[in-house]
Amino acid sequence: MDCPRSGWIFIGRLEESARKAADWLVNKTPLRSVRDWSIAFSLWPVHFTTSCCGAEFAAAANPRFDAERFGFLPFLSPRQCNLLMIEGTLTKKMAKAARIVYEQMPDPKFVIAMGACAIDGGIFYNSYNIVRPHEIFPVDVFIPGCPPRPEAVARAIVLLQRKIREARYLKREKKYESAGEVGTDE
Amino acid sequence: MTSQGSRSSETDMGYGPGTIKEPGFRYRPMGRDAEGMELYEIFIGPQHPASGHMRIVVRLDGDIIVNADPDIGYVHRTMEKLSETREYLKSIPLFERATIIDSANITWPYVRAVEQMLGVEAPLRAKYLRTLLAEINRISSHLYGFGLTGIFINHSTMYMWSFGDREIWVQLAEELTGARLTHTYIIPGGVRRDLPQGFKEKALKAIRYMERRLEDYMKIFVYNPVTVARFREVGVLTKNDASRLGIVGPNLRASGVHYDARIAEKYGAYPELDFEIPVMEEGDSLARLLVRIEEIKQSMRIIKQVLDKMPQGPFFADKYMRLIPPALRKHVAETGRIKLPGAFIRLKPPAGEAVARGEMGHGEVFYHIVSTGDTKPYRVRIITPAFRNVVLFRHLTRGARFMDLPVIYGSIDYFPPEGDR
Amino acid sequence: MPQNPPGAVRMGLLEDLKEKLGDIAAEIREEKPNYYSVRVEASSLVEAARRLVEMGFDHVASVEGVDWIKEKEMEVSWHAESYEPDLKSIIIKLYTRVPRDDPRVPTLIDVWPSAEFPERETWEMLGVVFEGHPDLRHLLLPSDYEGIPPLRKDYRIKVEGFIVDLTRQQKQ
Ligand code: SF4
Repeated sequence: MDCPRSGWIFIGRLEESARKAADWLVNKTPLRSVRDWSIAFSLWPVHFTTSCCGAEFAAAANPRFDAERFGFLPFLSPRQCNLLMIEGTLTKKMAKAARIVYEQMPDPKFVIAMGACAIDGGIFYNSYNIVRPHEIFPVDVFIPGCPPRPEAVARAIVLLQRKIREARYLKREKKYESAGEVGTDE
Repeated sequence: MTSQGSRSSETDMGYGPGTIKEPGFRYRPMGRDAEGMELYEIFIGPQHPASGHMRIVVRLDGDIIVNADPDIGYVHRTMEKLSETREYLKSIPLFERATIIDSANITWPYVRAVEQMLGVEAPLRAKYLRTLLAEINRISSHLYGFGLTGIFINHSTMYMWSFGDREIWVQLAEELTGARLTHTYIIPGGVRRDLPQGFKEKALKAIRYMERRLEDYMKIFVYNPVTVARFREVGVLTKNDASRLGIVGPNLRASGVHYDARIAEKYGAYPELDFEIPVMEEGDSLARLLVRIEEIKQSMRIIKQVLDKMPQGPFFADKYMRLIPPALRKHVAETGRIKLPGAFIRLKPPAGEAVARGEMGHGEVFYHIVSTGDTKPYRVRIITPAFRNVVLFRHLTRGARFMDLPVIYGSIDYFPPEGDR
Repeated sequence: MPQNPPGAVRMGLLEDLKEKLGDIAAEIREEKPNYYSVRVEASSLVEAARRLVEMGFDHVASVEGVDWIKEKEMEVSWHAESYEPDLKSIIIKLYTRVPRDDPRVPTLIDVWPSAEFPERETWEMLGVVFEGHPDLRHLLLPSDYEGIPPLRKDYRIKVEGFIVDLTRQQKQ
């Protein structure tokens, strides 16, 4: 590594230390709260419909319920989104796609699982072709109901925003980094 | 769950990081056709901007689609198998999840088939109430389709308008049944609730509003020069092909075939009502849109007639009403809501089989039930309209331009959970 | 807009069917009003389907299999319908029974192109091999699915209770 200033010698992994310093700074109170505040009001759910709950999700975005007023607007590309809504049953075939979509999203990313199916199978509890979303990625908010009303979707957004502003998602993320895997959610 | 446990389950299922396997593609890689032109293969979905849940594998020669292969099954929730393990009544909420936006229409033929086997018939008032809910559902299903078509061609206004207006019909259905989408209103023997008070005025108001709105739709969406340019003469389905391929619903009628299961099967209150089956000859995407608009108008006409002609009388078959204990029966008469005794779950049709068809917003749904005289069906076969229309993805896109694909997809109003069951 | 044509239903269809298909069919019955069933041997399925198309039943609503596990037989049936004004309320079930261990029937997609996807699904769900079908790939299940076809009766779904046993889950 080249030394930017003459007369000084740096030892160790400078890039890593710089990253750590930046992390430390961003996680300090004034910067952190500004950052979390802005994340909370810029949630971009990726346009990924998995099942029939999608009908109520679409209704939540319509003029009557207008989820956009919470800073919540479905967007196409997972690379520019930070929220994955699992709208109902996740079949085995779809779970692979969901996982690919999740991995393409930049950090910090959140998952909301919508519907009884996404919690524990719902009405399809005995089916041979379904997967529980919490087995394949960490879920931040579950919405019960079959299908949940659009108001419930709005409530989940508010809950997630609160979670973000309290920076509770960060703790979880650290834990999951140290565990070296995805999907531990206690 | 311990971390150890979840790790092993992850790798077993192939979901862990680094173990992502693309779902086994068996398609040929990019190749050359007979003349040495290169073909491109594009995978669209299952994450894509419309009603998601399906993948289309498109082979392109330049801008022309050589072949499109619909890869469905992303919402296959094994309804046929599950229905074999549940009692007849419990399958109704199960099947209505296939087309949650049109749940009265998809369960009605099932209930009719069960009724056929049980030998009961719903009283006249129940038939009218069923017709009422079915038509409300048909309108909201068509509006849902419009909204998605709008999204497909980036016409967000249409999405906002039709989803906003759909809420009116959803609310009407909620008023009638108590649930926004999953009504489970039609049960063997009749319906679950009577007509609430003041429903007629609300429905008439909704109809007046919708009639006005449809004119706006025509101006801003259907006869919009952009829409016309993109939809006219795109994805033409000839009459002969439509019939041979067994296409159903508005897609069939837009190709000039006069067929509607409501007329063919003569169920519900339809034989007594005066309505038309809109048919167009062009067979292109615009015709499919126009047929849907026309069907919304006809549905509103039906709703008006149903509300005018609504007969007095019971809304639940006498045979089953007698199962309800007298104290509860009084409650039912007062509130107009059925409270079923637990014994009702053990309906036992005699051995045999029954078929029934019904017209949904998307087309004709077909049920075949085989019973061995048990409380659970031996086999239930559902063929939904979306499953029958899925062949159109291959048929209509051949030779079309790539940017016609969203238009064709939008115009055939495919609803994936319904196709996959 | 054309008016509804008079909904006259063809009368005497059972006699027509018997005349047309009598020499190859094992059994022709009227199961319910407007619902007829024609049973043939697997070898004469194509011929029977051809004749049904000549009568106007030009597409199928469904292809399905029923697994009669006790009799060790698989029933494969095609439900044909028509859009002709006088035939539209009629459904004809053309079916055959084949041994359950090795269910093989000829494909009918040359006669009824609408049978393509349902036949593919029946192959996947019940393991019925449609000989001559060009595209027997997995349709609804994941493409790497292996095991007993799920709609067969000996495929047991794992029935879960209503109460989740957490201790057992942790041990696993
Ligand atoms: S929770 Fe209910 S509405 Fe949602 S996906 Fe499951 S079955 Fe459908």
